[in-house]
Amino acid sequence: MVSPLDRKLLRDLWRMKTQALAISLVVAVGVMLLVMMSGLVNSLDETRRAYYERYRLADVFAPVVRAPDRVLTSLAGIEGVSAAEGRITGSALIDMPGSDLPVQARAVSLPDFGQPRLNAVYLSAGRWIDRRRSHEILLLKSFADAHGLEAGDILSATMHGARRSFEIVGIAQSPEFLYTTAPGELVPDDSRFGVIWMSRTAMEAAYDLDGAFNEALLDIGREEDLPSVLAAADRILDDYGAVGAYGLADQFSNRFVAEEIAGLRASSAGVPPIFLAVAAFLLNIVISRLLQAERQQIGLIKAFGYTNAEVTAHYFKLILTIAAGGAVLGCLLGLAAGAALIGVYVQYYKFPFLVFEIDPASFIIAVSASVAAAAFGGLFALRRIFALTPAVAMRPPTPPDYSGTGRFGGLLKRVLDQPTRMVLRRFVRHPGRSLGAIAGVSAGMALSAGMMTVLAGFDEAVETTFSVIDRSDMSVSFIEPLPDRTLHALAQLDGVIEVEASRTIPVILRNGVHSYRGGVSGITSGARLQRAVDANGQALTLRGDGIILTPALADILQLQTGDRLRADIRQGRRPQLDLVVTGIAESLLGAPSYMELSALNRALGEPNRVSGTYLRIDPLRRDAIYAALDAMPVVAGISVKQDAREAFQRMMDNGAGAMRFVMAAIAALITFGIVYNTARIAYAESAHDLASLRVIGFSKGEAAFVLLGELGLIVLLALPAGAVLGYGLSHAIAAGFSTDLYQVPAIFSPDSLGVAGLAVLAAAIFSGWMVKRESDRADLVSALKSRE
Amino acid sequence: MTQNAFTTKNLTKVYGEGETAVHALRGVDLDIPAGEFVVLLGPSGSGKSTLLNIIGGLDRASGGQAWFLDRELTAMSDRQLTRYRRDHVGFVFQFYNLMPSLTALENVELVTEVAEDPMTAEAALAMVGLSNRADHFPSELSGGEQQRVAIARAIAKNPTVLFCDEPTGALDSETGRTVLTALRDVNERLGATVLIVTHAAATANMADRVIYFSDGSIREVVRNPTKLSPDEIEW
Repeated sequence: MVSPLDRKLLRDLWRMKTQALAISLVVAVGVMLLVMMSGLVNSLDETRRAYYERYRLADVFAPVVRAPDRVLTSLAGIEGVSAAEGRITGSALIDMPGSDLPVQARAVSLPDFGQPRLNAVYLSAGRWIDRRRSHEILLLKSFADAHGLEAGDILSATMHGARRSFEIVGIAQSPEFLYTTAPGELVPDDSRFGVIWMSRTAMEAAYDLDGAFNEALLDIGREEDLPSVLAAADRILDDYGAVGAYGLADQFSNRFVAEEIAGLRASSAGVPPIFLAVAAFLLNIVISRLLQAERQQIGLIKAFGYTNAEVTAHYFKLILTIAAGGAVLGCLLGLAAGAALIGVYVQYYKFPFLVFEIDPASFIIAVSASVAAAAFGGLFALRRIFALTPAVAMRPPTPPDYSGTGRFGGLLKRVLDQPTRMVLRRFVRHPGRSLGAIAGVSAGMALSAGMMTVLAGFDEAVETTFSVIDRSDMSVSFIEPLPDRTLHALAQLDGVIEVEASRTIPVILRNGVHSYRGGVSGITSGARLQRAVDANGQALTLRGDGIILTPALADILQLQTGDRLRADIRQGRRPQLDLVVTGIAESLLGAPSYMELSALNRALGEPNRVSGTYLRIDPLRRDAIYAALDAMPVVAGISVKQDAREAFQRMMDNGAGAMRFVMAAIAALITFGIVYNTARIAYAESAHDLASLRVIGFSKGEAAFVLLGELGLIVLLALPAGAVLGYGLSHAIAAGFSTDLYQVPAIFSPDSLGVAGLAVLAAAIFSGWMVKRESDRADLVSALKSRE
Repeated sequence: MTQNAFTTKNLTKVYGEGETAVHALRGVDLDIPAGEFVVLLGPSGSGKSTLLNIIGGLDRASGGQAWFLDRELTAMSDRQLTRYRRDHVGFVFQFYNLMPSLTALENVELVTEVAEDPMTAEAALAMVGLSNRADHFPSELSGGEQQRVAIARAIAKNPTVLFCDEPTGALDSETGRTVLTALRDVNERLGATVLIVTHAAATANMADRVIYFSDGSIREVVRNPTKLSPDEIEW
């Protein structure tokens, strides 16, 4: 048996269904995002963890030049190390049929018998390699997919200067290569970097490393042991040309995945509360209004003997129904969206399997957070029930008190007509609500503007990186440092317009407790193709005893121009240099540092050496140049700038980068929700006044001015506030999106502010049109007969 | 012979349709001479308010015709009806319908700003004896004062006709008398035709003409040659 009060509740809900639905939807979107994103993050995190564990991904990677196998025993003996594995890796160039440009690849050894102890691979198609057949290889699945290669296909590759044919017997996946990037590049690209697995015997022969390895993998039991294990490994491997051991956190593929998941996690924590706050705000206003309109009924119910608590509970149920309805809808939508998206993400991250895990806690958190937010918003309004005595409630309502809003005198009186005064007084009478609406609309606009500014920032990042800093057409890396006269040979190639030397050396930069492992680029002073430029795009001058850092690097190392740092060069005779920071150069990708090439070579004791070169070429001669480079045994890799640029753009448009679009859409949704609800509330409150105005002889348009004036005023005030807020927010968002791998510049983008402003105006016009239509249709007589 | 302010021919109004249809007006023929003080009496649902709303330009008839002077109200567009209300009609309702966000004076100015040939807002307030309350908001006025502001607002445009739907319904007898006095003054001093819909039969004693409604039709029209002043009416 439904109690009469509950029936009233249902009818009230039905009467205010559009309003209730609007609020429920705001709640639903918040809950949906919470459930979906926390489900995604949990599933991805859990899948990654399980994948790493099942395929025994190493905790420590220690590349060397050449170390005999017996050294492994010493490595295994380091305290805290639970497993050690030696393997051979080397660079390779794969010739793709139909393309003049060879693709860079990495060859990795597998034990002759069975899976390696560390860094196992998952065979997704074909069969395992036979150690007796040195031409058999496994190929990385993402690369194979990108080129349509399958088990049974033949592949031609150059290793260590020798070209051979290989048979792909299996397609493999590995947690080590979720993301693949060509050396010297930072942006993952499945198609432009391959991984080949071969038997240890075949690798020893190909890279001339009989009975030796050039990369040690270590597994450690406890995370805390990492620093001491790294130090011990470096000590042991020092004599064998150690470049420097590093942990999983610095492993490229893992770092990329980890950062993307962390980004998702941050969004999942930050966005949903905004929606719930908006919902609470709206509920507060709507419930206040409802109580005002129903004060007579409340008095009646109380006169019948219902207690304050019972009446409060009645209205609280209304709030709960709206909030819980939205929350349940949000949970369902979140589940559906999560299930739909997780497949996309699993594919994007290239996990061979999926551990789907939606934490039940996320439902509980989502539902209780939305109910709590709604209750918080509603309870403030419900306090009024206690203040109403039956007698007061039964008397006709006194008109809302505007005496505190000011009598206009003097000049204002002459300037403002009556409808304008009505608009202004309504606005002033509820300062909290007016300011809340302004804050909401401007926050929504700021979020939109901020997101769009960041989108524009990405575009500028691409432009600066690929047009201002790097003005070459392609870069070539050599298998080992070569005398710089090699460049003369390149310069003679038909179609090569400009050649510029470069040398990149692994280095650890240190400033006290701060350190960074990376590469230092030696470039010639007066470089024209690859330059260190300041924020204004002006080339920075290099100094023999100096180093130029990028903002991200300066931040990591806590250094400024004029400070000194220590550079541990991890190649050749491994000098330790004391350098002064002579400038900070713009960089949007990675965290490079620059030194003067001849100074770097002097420090290494290897004058006139280059490890690579930047070329500017005649596009008409491109294919011939590719072919000529491909034929040079010293060439380790060729990177075409246009390809890198496109890969970067793809990364920005997909995956975690795509979250920008989701955020922009969310911002638009919030803005619209607030604008529309503001309009609806204004209409509900002024319906009676509007009817009176129409009776007096105001036309529909004139009456609408009073209705929409308040909305217009709110929007008008919100626009500049939103613009200022958006500009500030864009810096925060840019910083949030920036990682070690790429920096997003915070720029001033008037276009973004303009578009966001126009979106707010469009939302206001649409909302205004909706309520005006309703107001135009209202029945004047019945509106006036009711006592509000 | 004086011109008729209103003429209706077979005026009907039906709410709803089919079996649930309510016939609020069942063919009303009526002439109301200009400048008269007319009272419409009858039980609830007898059609008097419906007639008021139709000839006041707030509602549309289902059938028949109605004229204001020589203009056919039943043929007017929404826009023309708005124009008609704006230029010629004043309304007073039982529940005042003042703008709570405007002071008494400003509520009156709301009308004087848009009317063709208004008196000053101050003069209108003076007519209802509220000059001293001009700067008060509705929340600061008593019920009778609010109703007098509503009357001041209705008369400020120098209306040709003044429609009042239960103007004293929410007031005590003393305040009701003040309000009726104000209405009579408007009738006599401005020459406006005044139509009052009311349950209070005693009000009929101050009218030139009393129209009795019953079940959607006019039962009787009585001319009253001996008008009383509001002060003489027994409540």
